[in-house]
Amino acid sequence: MTILEQCFARPPYSIPAAEREALLLGAFNELTAHHHAHCAPYARIVDGYWGGLRAADSLADLPYLPVSLFKMRRMLSVSDDDIRVTLTSSGTTGQAVSQILVDRESSMLQQKALANSLMHVLGPKRLPMLVIDTDAVFKDPRMMSARGAGVLGQMRFGRDHAFALTPDLRPDIDAVRDFLAKHGDAPFFMFGFTFMVWANLYEQFRDAGLDLSNGVLIHSGGWKKLVEKAVDNQVFRAALKDSFGLIRVHNFYGMVEQIGSIFMEGPDGLLYPPNFSDVIIRNPVTWELAPVGEPGVVQVLSLLPRSYPGHSLLTEDMGVIEAVDAGGDEWMGKGLRILGRVAKAELRGCSDVIAAEAA
Amino acid sequence: MEDRVFAQFADVLALDPLANRAELVYNEYPGWDSVAHMTLIAALETEFDCMLEMDDILDMSSFAKAVEIMQKYG
Repeated sequence: MTILEQCFARPPYSIPAAEREALLLGAFNELTAHHHAHCAPYARIVDGYWGGLRAADSLADLPYLPVSLFKMRRMLSVSDDDIRVTLTSSGTTGQAVSQILVDRESSMLQQKALANSLMHVLGPKRLPMLVIDTDAVFKDPRMMSARGAGVLGQMRFGRDHAFALTPDLRPDIDAVRDFLAKHGDAPFFMFGFTFMVWANLYEQFRDAGLDLSNGVLIHSGGWKKLVEKAVDNQVFRAALKDSFGLIRVHNFYGMVEQIGSIFMEGPDGLLYPPNFSDVIIRNPVTWELAPVGEPGVVQVLSLLPRSYPGHSLLTEDMGVIEAVDAGGDEWMGKGLRILGRVAKAELRGCSDVIAAEAA
Repeated sequence: MEDRVFAQFADVLALDPLANRAELVYNEYPGWDSVAHMTLIAALETEFDCMLEMDDILDMSSFAKAVEIMQKYG
């Protein structure tokens, strides 16, 4: 079994930090060598900035690229003919977008990884699904964006889809009531971008007397717009519980540059990297490894990117590792809290496009 | 079985009845994108009165594969 297959064979967030480091190091060194051999721009960076190709002694010792590099140039480690999907980030108008080039193999691994992560919180069966968005987001080509792709990507994990919002983002109370009448008595799946869940589900439906106690909500996209409303994860969870009886709520953190690697919120409210991934926090002045509990810039590692050199990336997010191996059996590894964007980083995140429109 | 599966493909992807079935590959055949894939899954589930598992949906990367998967449910 390859290292990746070993990671997939176990519950998706279950490998403890020290064991994970030992298990993944060789595979990450192999990936660095693969990209060095097949992506000339990557090789130039490693040779010029990192002193050439060598085996890292620890995950923190691996070369990393700034995530913004994928906005500046096309980077791939396979032949152009093998590229099946080009993913782009959700930059707003005027901002450069990342281009992530994915071949068939990487695409299948991403899907598999995403499925493992979602099934971990949803269970093995596809549940009826209430999308906290409008179906225009993927039906109307003018709206097709990272948001539409995100909604579609999640929809395959549900069935009998209903949409809580009309195309102009008003609550579609009839659609929601119909859905709950049909499916509200057994577990069902809800997905939405964090900001929209707050502004378009909670704020609009909070007094509608909806019972969402059988729901499992998965949400992502960032908290930036909610910080202005003084809403953090704790406030968010408490509000959904009080208004709808909704208690199974999982935030996740991920980015298009490492698609398929979903940092899922565990029972302690921290974000856990999947088995084949890890997170490192760096001091923004020295770039040295920051100890547990000390905030810094988030670096993410994922074994999935093989068609482009994105296995080790310095993000534009600030974060802190608050605990290690502390989430219980099913939630091991480093528990991350995201603190916000690095100062001067451009506005970005899947729900920002709509945040601007909805504001 | 093959014809029942093909009828759903033909419906969702608006195929000619004589279309070359070997060319039907996900993300390559014109029109078979992620939106069509969801529609196709729903059509197959209705036709075979079943609920596909997650892995089957991910594995359904070609017409031949779809036929193989639907054997389990038909």
